[in-house]
Amino acid sequence: MAPDVHPLLLLVASVLTSNILLTNFLGLCSFVACSKQVATAVGLGAAVTFVMTFTTALNWALYYLLLQRGALAWLVGPEAAARIDLEFLYFILSIAVIAAFVQLVEMIIDRFSPTLYYALGIFLPLITVNCAILGAALFMVIRKYDFVQSLCYGFGSGLGWWLVILAMSGIRARLRFANIPKPLQGVGITLLITGLMAMAFSAFTGMVKIQ
Amino acid sequence: MIQLLSAIAVFLATVVGMAGLLVLAARYLVTYGTVQLKINDEEPMPVDGGQNLLMALYGKKLFIPSACGGRGTCGYCKVKVPPGDDAAGPVLPTELPFLTRKEIRAGVRLSCQIKVKKDIRIFIPEEFLKVQEFHARVASTRPVTPDIKEIRFAIEEPKEIEFQAGQFVQVRVPAPDEPNGFVFRAYSISSAVYEKGEVELNVRLVPKGKGTTFLFGLTEGDPVIFTGPYGEFRLSEDPESELILIGGGVGMAPMKCLILSLLATWPDRKCTFFFGCRGTRDIFYYDLYRDLAKKHPNFTVLYALSDLQEGEEWDGPTGFIHLWVEKEYEPEKKRQVFLCGPPPMINAAMKVLQEKGIRIAEEAFYDKFE
Repeated sequence: MAPDVHPLLLLVASVLTSNILLTNFLGLCSFVACSKQVATAVGLGAAVTFVMTFTTALNWALYYLLLQRGALAWLVGPEAAARIDLEFLYFILSIAVIAAFVQLVEMIIDRFSPTLYYALGIFLPLITVNCAILGAALFMVIRKYDFVQSLCYGFGSGLGWWLVILAMSGIRARLRFANIPKPLQGVGITLLITGLMAMAFSAFTGMVKIQ
Repeated sequence: MIQLLSAIAVFLATVVGMAGLLVLAARYLVTYGTVQLKINDEEPMPVDGGQNLLMALYGKKLFIPSACGGRGTCGYCKVKVPPGDDAAGPVLPTELPFLTRKEIRAGVRLSCQIKVKKDIRIFIPEEFLKVQEFHARVASTRPVTPDIKEIRFAIEEPKEIEFQAGQFVQVRVPAPDEPNGFVFRAYSISSAVYEKGEVELNVRLVPKGKGTTFLFGLTEGDPVIFTGPYGEFRLSEDPESELILIGGGVGMAPMKCLILSLLATWPDRKCTFFFGCRGTRDIFYYDLYRDLAKKHPNFTVLYALSDLQEGEEWDGPTGFIHLWVEKEYEPEKKRQVFLCGPPPMINAAMKVLQEKGIRIAEEAFYDKFE
């Protein structure tokens, strides 16, 4: 049974209160590596949002139409389908779907914005192993979202990730001239700020609450 | 059972479906049509977009040196893209290890790392335009040491090769697991410049190396394709200038070419050849040079053995070759130094030469290889 949350509420919640980056701390590696410049952050954020929205939709279809116990009823009839449980394939197949989608995005970006393609460099193919995307695909199943909810959740999580990396790139642009103690320079200060941002975002919790 | 079968079916269907989607996308997205390639401000020529620049040039019979087959590991295939042009994109991280800062400012790039997507303007050295593709057959092959073979190619098409002493050719080596089905491997020419109908190489056996496996397997009459000549070294034309050669292993190849070519044109020019070996089994061409030394009083040859084992017969010099350079060599006023061999040997020899007042940057030419 899908939880009783309006899809639009879920969208807002996944951007602000249950931000996948700040509450689950997923997708941190590319977040830290690509938040140095605003332009790169915007590009990567857009790519992640795109991939996340479509892969959650595809993975939803994958899980509920093929893998869940009884899901193959449309193909082999309900009796036979009840004996087939392919949930164990979900991990590997959802990753395959994500990988294929990232390839597609790579082709699109390479074709239409070579500048962004070069700016993202290795982090573009690395979206494949961006744990936020796999995380969204898994949470969607664990929380039993229906299709529209999943779509909103995936899109919202992508937007949330985008928002945070954009904010971080802005902060880091200002930090460039700040006098940061040597041991904290680079990743250290970035993670500290991420923690502070997570606390700030927890102030949104009063607005909407999802699991 | 039904569980297992359906698992396999679903898995395959999903993966194949995804792959199909990608193939379809690639067909519509990764086509760049025909683009114009303009070289050295000459008339632009059409090439297929989407391939890398090195292959595009190769398709136009322009043979830029490349030893790794376009994988970005040799750093030979440098071309210049005018810095203002954005057709080639920015310098990639894969190129950085091979480029100096000066080169990056000048727009030097590795052609194998540039994907041709739109009209592009490049500059390549004039000498590369003269590089030709030669079709030849193996005339002879014989081992000269346990791990070095001397291989001669009789050139068939075009008939002759014009080259400078010290230059190298690139042999096309079949490699079924590469996208193009072949890679190129560079070898110095060891025959003299006046032997225009044949090319001789010294090839060292590299276990599992693509190039050597192919070349060691050749027998008389086998066809080979190579491109060349490449290489920047130019022998001084001044008869007063002396030539010092220091080498080891297959560093022999360019030295043999240089010595034979030099003595053929200037029989009395001063030339000193230092060659380092480990044991007696590494000695090759020694008799050839001793005969030459008898005929040409200004030519001196010195082979030194660094790792002489008990039971080996050798009454000549022993120890590292750079120590013999230090002991035996007095520089003339005008000189050219050519070093070719394993990196530690070359580094040690260069240090000795520097102490003797040789200006490495201007007077020495070196090629380090394992």
